[in-house]
Amino acid sequence: MLYVLKRLWKYGLGTLPRRQLNEMQTASAPYMPDYSRLPQNSQRGYEEELEMIQERLTERIKKIFGRSLHIRHLDSGSSNACEWEVTALLNPVYDVQRFGIDFVASPRHADMLLVTGGVTRNLEEAVRKTYAATPAPKLVVAVGDDACGTGFAGRTYAHYGGVDQIIPVHVYVPGDPPTPVSILQGILKALEQTH
Amino acid sequence: MKIEVIRADRRQLAETYESALGSGSRLLTMVASDEKDIGIDRFVLRYFFATGNGQVTELKTVVPETDPSFSSLAGKLPAASWYEREAQDLFGVQPVGHPDPRRLVLHDDFPDGVYPLRRDYPLEQMQPRQSNGGFSFPPVKGEGVFEIPVGPIHAGVIEPGHFRFQVMGDTVFHLEARLFYTHRGLEKRAEGIDLLQGSGVSEQLCGVCSASHALSYAQAVEQIAGTDVPVRALYLRSLLAELERFYNHVGDIGNLCAGIGFSHGSNHGARLKEALMQMHYRILGHRYLRGMIIPGGVRRDLTGGQLSEILRVTQDVKVQIQQLVKEITANQIALDRYRGTGVLRQDIAQQFAAVGPAARASRIGNDARREFPHAAYRQLDFEIPMLEEGDVLARFLIRALEAGQSAELVRQIIGTIPEGEVLTPPGELPAYRYALGITESPRGENVHFVMTGPNNTIYRYRVRSASYANWPVVAFCAPGNIVPDFPLINKSFELCYACCDR
Repeated sequence: MLYVLKRLWKYGLGTLPRRQLNEMQTASAPYMPDYSRLPQNSQRGYEEELEMIQERLTERIKKIFGRSLHIRHLDSGSSNACEWEVTALLNPVYDVQRFGIDFVASPRHADMLLVTGGVTRNLEEAVRKTYAATPAPKLVVAVGDDACGTGFAGRTYAHYGGVDQIIPVHVYVPGDPPTPVSILQGILKALEQTH
Repeated sequence: MKIEVIRADRRQLAETYESALGSGSRLLTMVASDEKDIGIDRFVLRYFFATGNGQVTELKTVVPETDPSFSSLAGKLPAASWYEREAQDLFGVQPVGHPDPRRLVLHDDFPDGVYPLRRDYPLEQMQPRQSNGGFSFPPVKGEGVFEIPVGPIHAGVIEPGHFRFQVMGDTVFHLEARLFYTHRGLEKRAEGIDLLQGSGVSEQLCGVCSASHALSYAQAVEQIAGTDVPVRALYLRSLLAELERFYNHVGDIGNLCAGIGFSHGSNHGARLKEALMQMHYRILGHRYLRGMIIPGGVRRDLTGGQLSEILRVTQDVKVQIQQLVKEITANQIALDRYRGTGVLRQDIAQQFAAVGPAARASRIGNDARREFPHAAYRQLDFEIPMLEEGDVLARFLIRALEAGQSAELVRQIIGTIPEGEVLTPPGELPAYRYALGITESPRGENVHFVMTGPNNTIYRYRVRSASYANWPVVAFCAPGNIVPDFPLINKSFELCYACCDR
């Protein structure tokens, strides 16, 4: 299900108010989303969704980054569901390396930060350092409800409740967790946004 | 579950433990709670022990506000170590005589004297950072001795945690792990939430143990309510728990190949795990099985056609994963890397009350499906494989055997599931009562402590996942191995950081 919010972070142009982000929660009950409802596009299958975006994705990557997009994944305190979905992108089924996407070991090699989790107190320094170490131009994609600021854990004594509390975010991919195809659509959105 | 309560004086915990419990018991969990609101002065510590045959004994002590200290059990019972450190960080109760009183959950920049899980501390208040000496690792001295810090942010796509290796050349002679980087404060977030919405909290603890956490929580709530769950719902719950075990073990087999750079194994394992997760999404609505298990039963029923589809996919994957395991165990390089690596000694596993496949690979045979039968497990026929070498190969084989068992259980459940309702909502729950919900996640036994508050809300929620119980033993498996074997040892436990840190 394509459900990606685009957000512009330009110096001086403020941010989307929290209320608007909160309204995006797909669940009717704030604490207990009902995943047992069958998703609308369940019949379509991942292959068609993947086909729809793979050409555009490959074309954008070649055009903007000259063949490859290097992504550094950063877990800032997720429940590991989003993190496993990001891992799934590298499996033979999605195989993002054929689009020119690669996951790198250091932020210094990265074009994009894929951040999961809503930044815990114990990881704030790591998030700031990782962002600072990523060379410009860089894109940040927040993956998952916690990272987008619409997650369950929210703000606590140990949790900031959203990645944009600490570093600027270009694209939000909500979901609990978002499926691998949704994450890819978010990555494509970030690329389309740069031109 | 009937819990026998033994009251102890806070200064004589160790003696009471020795006389009443002793070495025949296994520590399940320890829960600290601030019960000022109920008129108790003020902190209650409850140590829960499994004493055999599904019995649970509680060792209860009260710690007053004016002198918040108690004599530590950790000296006699290493398994209690982390629980007491956590209570110290979050409640300010001091374990006197604890062999390792460093900060655990709150890192050293959290101000002294501030305790976030006390009732009067506001949930959302973020404290400023104090500058501090930092966490102290044991110092390293000697010619040719190095210290290698790894993490918390790792090179691959993995959760955060810090490991400090002390090595000579390539051989590790000491390892220490520092965790709780993904501590989000979910237990405090849970306080005040409606009890029937609490499954939402339990599923947020961890992605890959979602179903077993939701099940533990639901079981605790149902015990307090005293309601029965419809039989069909019990079978569906077992089905979900086994589907979770199956996809986790299939994925772990692939991950263990990734740990040695065996891409044939890791790719096929990942492909099969993806097949299962897509089946979950198509039929159950969520790749990680969230949203189905709630107090009272399951959210919705499954039709015969959906059950046959689940059966078809799981049996298909079972055949392929068994073929893959044959290929891996026929590979000499894989066997060479796995055999003898990262041995978990049985006495260490015993003293730290390790659980799950990692413990069963060292001949510590607890499995919550047998010890605390829940859902439909009393009616199902299954084996609990056990091995004794305790190395990576043993943990790998245990997972392969359990994956086969899980697929077999899925077939049994779908073959024998009765018709009927699937949900009986629990209704109004009495205030200030507590219960334990115990289930077997893919990593081992989860123990959830739920205490109700007024108006059907949660008063205290304490989760001890299998990962929390097992993380302390991982550090004992590394010494004597080479540094490149550590990722393999870590993957052979495949513990969640999120489940542990909450």
